[in-house]
Amino acid sequence: MPWGEWLGAIGNPDSQSGELIWQLRLPRALAAWAVGAMLAMSGCLMQVLLRNPLADPYVLGVSGGAACATLLGLVFGVAVALLPWLALFGALVSVLIVFGLARGTGPWSGTRLLLTGVVTASGWGALISLILSLSPDNSLRGMLFWLMGDLSYAVLPPWTLLVLTGCFVLTLGLARSLNVLAMGETTARLLGEPTGHLLWVVYLLASVLTATAVSIAGSVGFVGLIVPHLMRLLVGSDHRILIPAATLFGGLFLVLSDTLARTVLSPQQLPVGVITALLGVPLFLLLLNRARLKGV
Amino acid sequence: MTALVCKSLDISIAGNTICNNLDLKLERGQFWGLLGPNGIGKTTLLKCMAGLMPPDAGNVYLANQSIEKLPRRAIARLLGMLQQHTVYVFDASVLETALTGRHPHLGHWQREGADDKRKALEAIKAVDLEGFEARSVTGLSGGEARRLAFASLLVQEPAVLLLDEPTNHLDMKHQVRIMNRVEQQINQQQHCALAALHDVNLAARYCSHILMLFGNGLWQAGPVAELLNPATLEKLYQCPVESVQTSTGERFLAGG
Repeated sequence: MPWGEWLGAIGNPDSQSGELIWQLRLPRALAAWAVGAMLAMSGCLMQVLLRNPLADPYVLGVSGGAACATLLGLVFGVAVALLPWLALFGALVSVLIVFGLARGTGPWSGTRLLLTGVVTASGWGALISLILSLSPDNSLRGMLFWLMGDLSYAVLPPWTLLVLTGCFVLTLGLARSLNVLAMGETTARLLGEPTGHLLWVVYLLASVLTATAVSIAGSVGFVGLIVPHLMRLLVGSDHRILIPAATLFGGLFLVLSDTLARTVLSPQQLPVGVITALLGVPLFLLLLNRARLKGV
Repeated sequence: MTALVCKSLDISIAGNTICNNLDLKLERGQFWGLLGPNGIGKTTLLKCMAGLMPPDAGNVYLANQSIEKLPRRAIARLLGMLQQHTVYVFDASVLETALTGRHPHLGHWQREGADDKRKALEAIKAVDLEGFEARSVTGLSGGEARRLAFASLLVQEPAVLLLDEPTNHLDMKHQVRIMNRVEQQINQQQHCALAALHDVNLAARYCSHILMLFGNGLWQAGPVAELLNPATLEKLYQCPVESVQTSTGERFLAGG
């Protein structure tokens, strides 16, 4: 479509192309942007929380819980409109399980959280395989799309924008604390951070963001891993700049990936997670190799 | 003026008693050396004094208040600790890392001002890292990382300095440089310091007071002149110690 026609369509929402842009493309692009932004922000938080620049939003099992609930919904033929709520429910159940088990009675332990999260995640993985193997063939395609992360049917309920904004403001307020926390829990305490509270706040912020993103688009991979990493290379490690940069670029990255997903094999649409993974895996390996050369 | 007080502290870790009934007063203007063999619990004692872990019994008072009741932020404005190990995982710059010392002095949404930056640059210069401001901390050598951690501590400006082996990884020049700077803080700003040291001669040169941990909860504290002699050092380290006179005073050598 040439530019003139395109502008005309935007100015005239009732025409056929205008309807296409206003009813289909824009909502989908907005959903993609919000999901990318949330995953990137969550990735930044998770990396500080686990003090590992290679952690991603799904490492603690949030997406696994969401996936199980959604797949069960698909098996039992729950209405499509209810699936995001099921995903959100599953994600929060997983967060509560990990939170409850990792917290125990003792003080904060990053290792215990990581182990609890990783084991819970693999538990969900097993359940997902079980559901897939028992499902009728005609529902498998939808399930696979969901598992890869897909924006074809994505709708963006207004409350998710509230979650995004709220978490963004809170995270930005904590940005300098995150800088200090990145240097280790003891250092952070010595610099005046009550880390006992701070770490759980960071964990809950990251989990709510991930759960919301997953409820909109399924488990889109690699955005939460690659974007914070790239932004660190680009703008540095100060979270007061890193958080806004990652949020903006995370959104942009997913909008572009989704555009590719729609157009590469047009008219056939790919799940956007395939694109982010195809872009993300080589990028990640490159970064990992670079980190190894530097001795991290 | 008293800056930090330990009152009848009992500390133990994993079944080993580190100190029994420890009473200690760190007054402003004093430089304490903490001596003891490996694994005797020097770091644990420092952690207790910094309020990072509770003692089994007794209390630590900072500015006349029980440290358990003070919020971390209030503690961080009065007391700073150089940890034994400094590992940087994320790629922050040297200047950014030095600036983290201002963290307890700034509000949530407040940014570092020109004055904070001036303090950070001064501290970077003091530890001989001038010209490294933009370098990434993950690329620093062990000694450089150590000096940067000390610079952050200077930027934090606490009146009580707890130093866990401050001269670890440092060459002779920088050992002296760091210890001189601590001495300067103590003399000019009336700060006080407690430094866990393995080099008895650094303690002899710089410290005004000594705290010795012998194991099994036994300890001894007092002015350096009373405690630093071959007899107590032999008891402390379980090895023969000789003393020699140098132009700057008595120094100690491990015998065979």
